[in-house]
Amino acid sequence: MTDITAQMDAVPGIDPRAPLLDVRDLRVEFRTREGVARAVNGVTLRLHPGETLAVLGESGCGKSVTAQAIMGILDTPPAHVTGGQVLYRGVDLLRLPENDRRKVRANRIAMIFQDALSALNPVYTVGFQLGELFRVHRGMSRGDAKRRAVELLDQVRIPDAKRRVNDYPHEFSGGMRQRVMIAMALALDPEVLIADEPTTALDVTVQAQIMGLLAELQRERNMGLMLITHDMGVVADVADRIAVMYAGQVVEEAPVYDIYARPAHAYTKALLESIPRLDLKGRQLNVIRGLPPALTDIPRGCAFHPRCAYAREICGIEPPPAYQIAPQRIASCHFVREVLGV
Amino acid sequence: MSDVVLETRGLVKHFKTRAGAVRAVDGVDLQLRRGETLGVVGESGCGKSTLAKLLVGLEKPSGGEIRVRGDNMARLRGSSLRRARRNIQMVMQDPYTSLNPRMTVGDIIGEPYDIHPDAVPQHGKQRAVQELLDLVGLNPDHINRYPHQFSGGQRQRIGIARALALRPEIIVCDEPVSALDVSIQAQVINLLEGLQRRLGLSYVFIAHDLSVVRHISDRVAVMYLGKIVEYGNQVAIYDQPTHPYTQALLSAVPVPDPRLRGRRDHIMLSGDVPSPADPPSGCRFRTRCWKAQPGCAEHEPLLQIRERSPHPSACHFAEIRDVMRRF
Repeated sequence: MTDITAQMDAVPGIDPRAPLLDVRDLRVEFRTREGVARAVNGVTLRLHPGETLAVLGESGCGKSVTAQAIMGILDTPPAHVTGGQVLYRGVDLLRLPENDRRKVRANRIAMIFQDALSALNPVYTVGFQLGELFRVHRGMSRGDAKRRAVELLDQVRIPDAKRRVNDYPHEFSGGMRQRVMIAMALALDPEVLIADEPTTALDVTVQAQIMGLLAELQRERNMGLMLITHDMGVVADVADRIAVMYAGQVVEEAPVYDIYARPAHAYTKALLESIPRLDLKGRQLNVIRGLPPALTDIPRGCAFHPRCAYAREICGIEPPPAYQIAPQRIASCHFVREVLGV
Repeated sequence: MSDVVLETRGLVKHFKTRAGAVRAVDGVDLQLRRGETLGVVGESGCGKSTLAKLLVGLEKPSGGEIRVRGDNMARLRGSSLRRARRNIQMVMQDPYTSLNPRMTVGDIIGEPYDIHPDAVPQHGKQRAVQELLDLVGLNPDHINRYPHQFSGGQRQRIGIARALALRPEIIVCDEPVSALDVSIQAQVINLLEGLQRRLGLSYVFIAHDLSVVRHISDRVAVMYLGKIVEYGNQVAIYDQPTHPYTQALLSAVPVPDPRLRGRRDHIMLSGDVPSPADPPSGCRFRTRCWKAQPGCAEHEPLLQIRERSPHPSACHFAEIRDVMRRF
């Protein structure tokens, strides 16, 4: 069976010694009637085995589009990947023929979404949908595929998996549905899991269960986890490294402890000061003035400058370079020193 | 007490369905004092949004009473009912669907005056609407624009202006910031706090986000399956919670400080919230509670001050556990 698997899902050119996921200068734009929306403007990211990288940002910052471009699930048109590389174990996925790329999806890189109800097909049982992965990618028989589906539901701690495998998505609660999604993503033992706001639609007690499950499965499998989120609480709990995005760019990248203790980009700092915290009371919330820019009309220079408390003339003219401020720490801000307070 | 502006006694709302009665709100007693913010927290399905609708009269109670400044709303008729309703207004959760896309901002904010013509200020509707726009930090010249020309945060400001039009004393906010981005949330929270100080408003602030509720509330009620399980000032609820559900809820909230990782008290609840159409007997939380004893299935714990709970708590085994403490 392993031979068949190898043949079915072999992708030419894979180098097991090359970095797991290496995104370089990725650019994506949406060509619409209202103009060209530049959603991703030169994103560079790296993900290592066993590591959790949080991609943090507000709506419209390009974090989900980045994930979808890596997965190769953007609709063209209107989306166009206009530049960069997505290297998985040394193979540029953007140059791979669709046939080979399909083999990478789910097999090597899998994804879970915020809204499990709309990501699952309502007219098939979850067992059928899970089994489909094994039938298509592994050439298994229906019976074997179903047995594997039960095992998977069991692994994501769905009680009474043998019976629940015959249920339809609407018969599961929100938290259980997200477990089904996780089971589906992990079915073919991917090395990379991209989780796009996996707990945003869930209640906090259920969120804690799901994040705990993800962390456990990640440890067991030594997977690289890319967590796309807007929630700075969740990030503080699980991430190893953080990439903060604004207007389609990574503005700061750092290990999790450093970024919360001493943010280096004015946007990260303002964001941290603007959230109410469970453990602190009576603090005046700092307000970031204005709105995130329209992606059809991103400000010149630093995209954050119209809202920035540190901005000076140069910020509206020159795009800030990515300063390496420490090993593993990058910030794209003209006034990194002032923000850091050095 | 004369400074109580809003009070509910034994408030109940049951929805009849084919599967039986859904007991969305099942005996809620609340008091809101002048100028204070009462936070109501709970997870989806706990009945907090139904409570909001009951308070503003969008749903009719199946039992119990709502008193606004001492007047029982169910007893009022005609012009006295209209006047009482004027006094309690609502800000809705979703700024995208709660504004009519075909109406201008001026018409949306001014609509309350069409329904209550005797509440139109002396200097006319148009001026009044422009003053409201200014009050919530929007440009008064944008009175003829449509909702789609505004951002999410600005739309929520429009919703707040509409709620303020009839100069109410009480505003019920149902998840007012949960649809907004982090950087915009703070703008709206600060606006609500500023308006409260300037106008002496009382808020019922309903939300699932415990951090936001802590920030804005003076007192907090924690709801589970249609009932209040714990009630107290924000120190009591956040620093000295005595109900196991409150403790579990607090321990599950992520705190944006990685140094607390692995150093916080984590209570993992098993399973999901039971259906409000068929709630457990006795204590409704017992099916997920680690303290549950056989007696919990028989005797329903009342919301009251207990030997080990200095504030009202609906648990037979209520006891302070500081889940926010850092180890």
